[in-house]
Amino acid sequence: MKIAVCVKQVPDTEARVRIAADGKGIAETDINWIISPYDEFAVEEALRIKEKKGGEVVLVSLGPDRVQSALRSGLAMGADSAVHLKDALFEGLDTLGTARALAAAVKGLGADLVLLGQQGVGGDNSQVPGLLAELLDLPQVTMAVKLEVEEGKATVEREIEGAHERWETSLPAVVSAQKGLNEPRYASLKGIMAAKKKTIEVKDAAALGLSAEALRSRTTVAALEMPPARQAVRMVEGDPDTQARELIRLLHEEAKVI
Amino acid sequence: MASIVTFAEQREGRLRRPSLEAVSEARRLADQSGARVEAVLVGSGVQGLAPELGGYGADVVHVFDQPELGAYATEPFARALAQVVQETAAFAVLVPFTAMGKDFAPRAAARLGAGLVSDVVGLNLKDGRLEARRPMYAGKAYATVRWEGEPQMATLRPNVFALGTPDPGRPAEVKPRTVDASARARVVATEAAASGKVELTEAQIIVSGGRGLKGPENFHLVESLAGAFGAAVGASRAVVDAGWVDHQYQVGQTGKTVSPTLYVAAGISGAIQHLAGMSSSKVIVAINKDPDAPIFKVANYGLVGDLFEILPRLTEAAKAYFGAKG
Repeated sequence: MKIAVCVKQVPDTEARVRIAADGKGIAETDINWIISPYDEFAVEEALRIKEKKGGEVVLVSLGPDRVQSALRSGLAMGADSAVHLKDALFEGLDTLGTARALAAAVKGLGADLVLLGQQGVGGDNSQVPGLLAELLDLPQVTMAVKLEVEEGKATVEREIEGAHERWETSLPAVVSAQKGLNEPRYASLKGIMAAKKKTIEVKDAAALGLSAEALRSRTTVAALEMPPARQAVRMVEGDPDTQARELIRLLHEEAKVI
Repeated sequence: MASIVTFAEQREGRLRRPSLEAVSEARRLADQSGARVEAVLVGSGVQGLAPELGGYGADVVHVFDQPELGAYATEPFARALAQVVQETAAFAVLVPFTAMGKDFAPRAAARLGAGLVSDVVGLNLKDGRLEARRPMYAGKAYATVRWEGEPQMATLRPNVFALGTPDPGRPAEVKPRTVDASARARVVATEAAASGKVELTEAQIIVSGGRGLKGPENFHLVESLAGAFGAAVGASRAVVDAGWVDHQYQVGQTGKTVSPTLYVAAGISGAIQHLAGMSSSKVIVAINKDPDAPIFKVANYGLVGDLFEILPRLTEAAKAYFGAKG
């Protein structure tokens, strides 16, 4: 079974965000880059399926040179090979442009299953899984917390508001990973050494048969700002009884939220 | 006449609140631009919900009422929405950013080759074009986003857009329609969560617990307080990772992003990961023994003290308040 896993490199979730000088993105200096945590669940799940059923895990990531370190981390976890999509045309792509590039790369792999995180942390769009599935004309199941793969089909569990669902899909399919799917492994020293010998194939837009027009963004970030400042805290003093009663009074009379 | 299409999500024959928020927002934008609001309703036995959508401002309700559409499936829902958007040549499409909207809106956008902006918290019309405001980095920053071309698609964060005042007498034209209901991925079983449980992302009040509770055996203090407020229960990543509660309770950058009217953080120090997921709440109460905890920087009201003394008393005070209120 061949599994393609799309991974996005993102700023560490503990990172403080500072706005770049152009006011349209974040300042990239002093940022620790990681594999988006949801994509890490996808990599882990792919490796578990491979360990059970045999097969091959191929990573795909789009971005500048720095994404090679994310791909190396995934290879160190146990993925077999990686494709790095790199081109000046790929810079600043919106979700649809990104999905078009990923779709072109994944199409050529002949994967039985395409896995990726339910969202890339930072952009927080939760779009690429659905865009990719439609562009590849594959079924999709998003936000998986459990995945069982059988011959030609998969059973997926997901959580929605107030309910837990079990889905069945034919394969090939696109499945996106939610927290709870698994606990990603740490790369072993052996894995890290082995990763150094694995190949990362670099592909540009021309190699994928994509023109600037095909990749054209439909949405653009015009400005990025820090969130509005919150008002100063009002401390509620006294013994616990007084604090409790006073808080209820303030929530009712002053904040008017109860 | 220009059209704004909105998707009306229903489950078990009831329109869900985020759908009504989306219709209300579409109405507001339509009144500014002289456009028509066209709602899309998909399901089995759902035609009776059309008047309610009319009351909130839909001029036309496109009803896909087919037995095969009783259970949600991504492909037919995406097809139905895309079909209406194409036929009405809509310049804007609003879908709630719920589990359902999150799942099929991107698929519809790819079908239409349309730009989609997710998790929008504000929309404005400028010279006939939409401009969206949305959090990024789980709320550590806010982006102003514009579209190129049409339709301009957006998913709207629940609990943020104001619900209009329904006018039960306002008529909507009902257009019965059909769509190819085939799907390669389908729901085969649904298990409802325990009844009475309030969903985090749609809750008006949330009470969250953190490491300050010292152990899973004390988490009931948070649950009792939530019960007294009629609130949803949340948790910090630290206690989810420690296995005290299930991951679906996690609020923060790798959990759920929430915007309730009232957020009570009990024993949560306020790691940036957590603040990212809740700092857009309207009113924040922090209860913590450490007066220097970062959570107090985003809180409106702060209570410094022992959780084990404050939480039970606050639960009593809340019960007394809501009891008296009836």
